[in-house]
Amino acid sequence: MKYILLVHHPKEVFDAPKEPADIAAGRAYGAALHAAGIFVAGAGLESPQNATTVSVQDGKRQVQDGPYAETREFLAGFVIIDVPNLDVALEWASRNPASAKTSIEVRPLVGFHVATGSGNR
Amino acid sequence: MSESASRAVETVARNSYGRLVAYLAARSGDLAGAQDALSDAFSSALQRWPADGVPQKPEAWLLHAARNRLIDSARHNEVRKRVEPLLQIAAEATEVAAMHLTFPDERLKLLFVCAHPAIDVMVRTPLMLQTVLGLDAARIASAFLVSPSAMEQRLVRAKKKIHAAGIPFRVPERPEWDERAAYVLDAIYAAYTAGWKSVNEEGSTQHALAREAIAIGSSLVQLIPDEPEARGLLALMLHCEARSGARFGLHGDFVPLDRQETNRWSRSIIDEAEEHLRAAAALRRIGRYQLEAAIQSIHAHRAVSGVIDWGEIVLLYEGLVRLAPTAGAQVGRAVALAESGDPLAGLRALEAISPNRTANYQPWWAARAHILLRLGRNAEASDAFRHAAALTDDPALRAYLLERAAL
Repeated sequence: MKYILLVHHPKEVFDAPKEPADIAAGRAYGAALHAAGIFVAGAGLESPQNATTVSVQDGKRQVQDGPYAETREFLAGFVIIDVPNLDVALEWASRNPASAKTSIEVRPLVGFHVATGSGNR
Repeated sequence: MSESASRAVETVARNSYGRLVAYLAARSGDLAGAQDALSDAFSSALQRWPADGVPQKPEAWLLHAARNRLIDSARHNEVRKRVEPLLQIAAEATEVAAMHLTFPDERLKLLFVCAHPAIDVMVRTPLMLQTVLGLDAARIASAFLVSPSAMEQRLVRAKKKIHAAGIPFRVPERPEWDERAAYVLDAIYAAYTAGWKSVNEEGSTQHALAREAIAIGSSLVQLIPDEPEARGLLALMLHCEARSGARFGLHGDFVPLDRQETNRWSRSIIDEAEEHLRAAAALRRIGRYQLEAAIQSIHAHRAVSGVIDWGEIVLLYEGLVRLAPTAGAQVGRAVALAESGDPLAGLRALEAISPNRTANYQPWWAARAHILLRLGRNAEASDAFRHAAALTDDPALRAYLLERAAL
């Protein structure tokens, strides 16, 4: 089964500069996911300040500066993994270095489609 | 003929429901689907057995009928991936029928699924009662003080999540074991207390829930005989059960534990409890339920010695508060301190508990009243008894507390 691990951060964390130790821990985690052969996709997200929200109402495109909703916490990154069941997904979620500072939401994916080949433009 | 066939269906349902559900769900991962398929199998048994006779192996017959039904519905949904594990069930079911084996007992896996941390804690116990024992939602709802439709909804949602989120039917290993096993034990104990609380209600149908909890507890001990806490929990429930006949007087009036007539306690259930507690102690891994059972064991000893060793109870509560600092354990420790001859220490212990845990906690107010009375502070004790009475939902206990307030 494929699961997405969603990392949410309070806004302050986006604004604070990243500690070198955190960056190293994040890299090591990514390497471990690859080594386990369960990594499907993953990325960090830019600050919600750099988000733009789009919707189409009555056929007219509405574009707004900022994230979808002003909340205390924002999506900061995600990892998609392919593991046998929820227990294994939870184990990998708790290994994510971000889990020591914030909560990680684990959700199963419904269907998964991705172009194979390189992600380069 | 037809009557004996329907009685046979009933007997299988009562004795094997949980095992059949667990077996099917552990292979398909779909608890709701397994239950639906099984209830279809039971209804075709009710139709067929009176005419064809009761099969030699009723469980194997039901499994066969249920897996046919599961395969049909999986094919109908065109989910090929889901058909495969079901075909394996088919092969196994045939083997069971041919080789005179009983089918594997997967109830432990089912218990771990019901009490999985990804399942809402409020629904773990109801889920266990419905899937392991086959109790209907309406009966579970009345024990948990919610409407049958609300309970049905919660159960449906939980089962949907098990399937959709991929909660595995597996028995965890150490180090995960201790935490996960504790969730299972807590859910069983919650079933017991839900039934026990309402022992004095009309018809006492609710109390049957306490007996069902003991039944799950005994099955758990059989499945994991080397887990001391499972035995500890069973011992605790049995000790409480042994006194169920003495908890109320002739007119349904509440009788506190230390005033109960010990000749109304069940000697044989106490012996059984003691046996499990001894077996647990021999495994040398102390835990919350063993300590709670040990405290009840000392109370039970009053039937023999005529006295309660409060000093020993204080020691056990000290251990309990360290392992599981619940409000209940802290209040119990305070009362034990007071009873062992130091009411002032008891009062201080009560007042040391964080007020936001105790403000609406009836046992804290009752304990406070009791200890204040020991200290001769009668007016304050009356107020506390009255406050405690206002916080209980048990009519017999309320009447008792109000009576104490008036003294």
